[in-house]
Amino acid sequence: MALQDVCGLHNPPLFPQWTAPLSRSFMPEDSTHLSGGGIHGEAFSTRLPGRGGLSPLEFYMPIAEYLTESPINFGQTSLSSALTKLLEIDHLYPSLPSISLPPPTPCPISPSVPLPFTLSHGTTTLGFAFQGGVIAAADTRSSCSGLVACPASPKVLPIHSHLVGTTSGTSADCALWKRILSRELRLYQLRHRRRLSTGGAAKLLSHMLHPFKGTELCVAATLCGWDGDEEKHEQPFTEKHANTPTNQMTASDSSGQSAAIVRSRSRICGPRVIYVCSDGLRLQGELFSVGSGSPYAYSILDSSVYWGMSVQEATAVAREAVYRATYRDAYSGNNVDLYHVTAKGWRRRERENLKEEYYREKERERKRRVIAY
Amino acid sequence: MMISAQAYGGNGKVKEYHYTGPVEHKFSPYAFNGGTVLAVAGEDFALVASDTRLSEGYSIHSRDSPKCYKLTDTTVIGCSGFHGDCLTLTKIIEARLKMYKHSNNKSMTSGAIAAMLSTILYGRRFFPYYVYNIIGGLDEEGRGAVYSFDPVGSYQRDTYKAGGSASAMLQPLLDNQIGFKNMENVEQLPLSQEKAVQLVKDVFISAAERDVYTGDALKICIITKEGVREEIVPLRKD
Repeated sequence: MALQDVCGLHNPPLFPQWTAPLSRSFMPEDSTHLSGGGIHGEAFSTRLPGRGGLSPLEFYMPIAEYLTESPINFGQTSLSSALTKLLEIDHLYPSLPSISLPPPTPCPISPSVPLPFTLSHGTTTLGFAFQGGVIAAADTRSSCSGLVACPASPKVLPIHSHLVGTTSGTSADCALWKRILSRELRLYQLRHRRRLSTGGAAKLLSHMLHPFKGTELCVAATLCGWDGDEEKHEQPFTEKHANTPTNQMTASDSSGQSAAIVRSRSRICGPRVIYVCSDGLRLQGELFSVGSGSPYAYSILDSSVYWGMSVQEATAVAREAVYRATYRDAYSGNNVDLYHVTAKGWRRRERENLKEEYYREKERERKRRVIAY
Repeated sequence: MMISAQAYGGNGKVKEYHYTGPVEHKFSPYAFNGGTVLAVAGEDFALVASDTRLSEGYSIHSRDSPKCYKLTDTTVIGCSGFHGDCLTLTKIIEARLKMYKHSNNKSMTSGAIAAMLSTILYGRRFFPYYVYNIIGGLDEEGRGAVYSFDPVGSYQRDTYKAGGSASAMLQPLLDNQIGFKNMENVEQLPLSQEKAVQLVKDVFISAAERDVYTGDALKICIITKEGVREEIVPLRKD
């Protein structure tokens, strides 16, 4: 199962033959790691066959030499199983120098290497669900302690056809973990012939980020998606799945039969918004706003968002919320990105430059003053 | 030499001239070697330019250390920051390019190199490469592409980008001249190759005036479908 593979909860077999040749030929940067890296690189690459020949993102953790290995496999690194594997490898590869293994210690809590630069932070993102789907909106300013590193960075990233995620925190962390999440969701979809629900995706992301709790990784994402029920048609190809939710939704409106099927599977279809944070928080709700500009966005959203609103209203409210946040928050600004997720998938609204909006607002204010006098 | 990082302050620039307070001396694995890199993408060309000064603190180590590295016939990367990490990173990228070429029987495209570099950089999330990268090249359709990175792998495609020590000075100028930002009632003409090269030369001359880590010479790599052409222009040596 994909979730188990990712979390390393079952012990994979050590040398399945079909993946053995692949495992050696990746990550030449193993050889450039500091002392002990070569050995650990060896040990790590022989552990790979169990993962089905994947080449995961290998993290180099700058930790003291006595810490035996640092294979970060996107999920739980059960250090005890890793250690036993190392011991087994020692028997099979007597040429490797034997390492005396201390009891497993957790990953370092504080970064041991002080960075000479700052990473990008500061944003306003929001996501909310209503009767017409889910709206995800964000500003586009990427700041780096005072300098605008990028005025046009995309902060709402589509993960798959029916799921988008807003990103807040360090932009590199968010971009890479979204990529990893898309990959894992796609693998799940291929293995299980259905899309993973938003809740499942949130859980997966949360579990993948858990080993990095306490490090300086900073990801605060709002996953906004539409869960569809595709079991009824049992079609093997995922392209057709994109169409079935629409049929399902209209069918369930008209007949009670598909609704019964939905209930019997105890899976709820429809829009979902879930907030996932790298410190381990995972919350489901109807409305979230994340980032330095979120207090300003919340004030607009809390007063105007209600379940029965129309798509135009929802779009206008989201845009206004981001605009007000950029107005007051120094670290948010530039443009607004808006995504609307429905049963048919996500649709992206044209990126709007808020500079024009400031001038329009000034014009409105001027007209109001003229009328007042 | 990477001693006394504390005295150098946050980004490697020396803190104060007559600093008299307590200083904590600690080994830092990073050093700041200066340099500025710039890349511009046009309709059917891309430019990657860098100065050639290698400095550290108050000294200049070399006047002939360009920061552009040719990766393929359609892609050039500019790396500035810590020279040691630049060298290792380019070595790794070249090795990965060769591996790709041998296993897939074709060269990597600019977009693919950018995506690969992002994962290479993120693999060192907890001990980053102190390098500001900018990739310039042609995409599959022959249009110019610029990909700018931060030290831990966040990247996106741009039309122009400046990175390195003088980036904060150059980027607003590029925003104005190439992006036509904050200009009213202006006719937005597409950038020709000659105009782009002249603009890059002017911009670096300005940078050399005001940034101590930029100067000596400018190397421009012009990438077109014919290949990569290099031009060297002298800059201030003081």
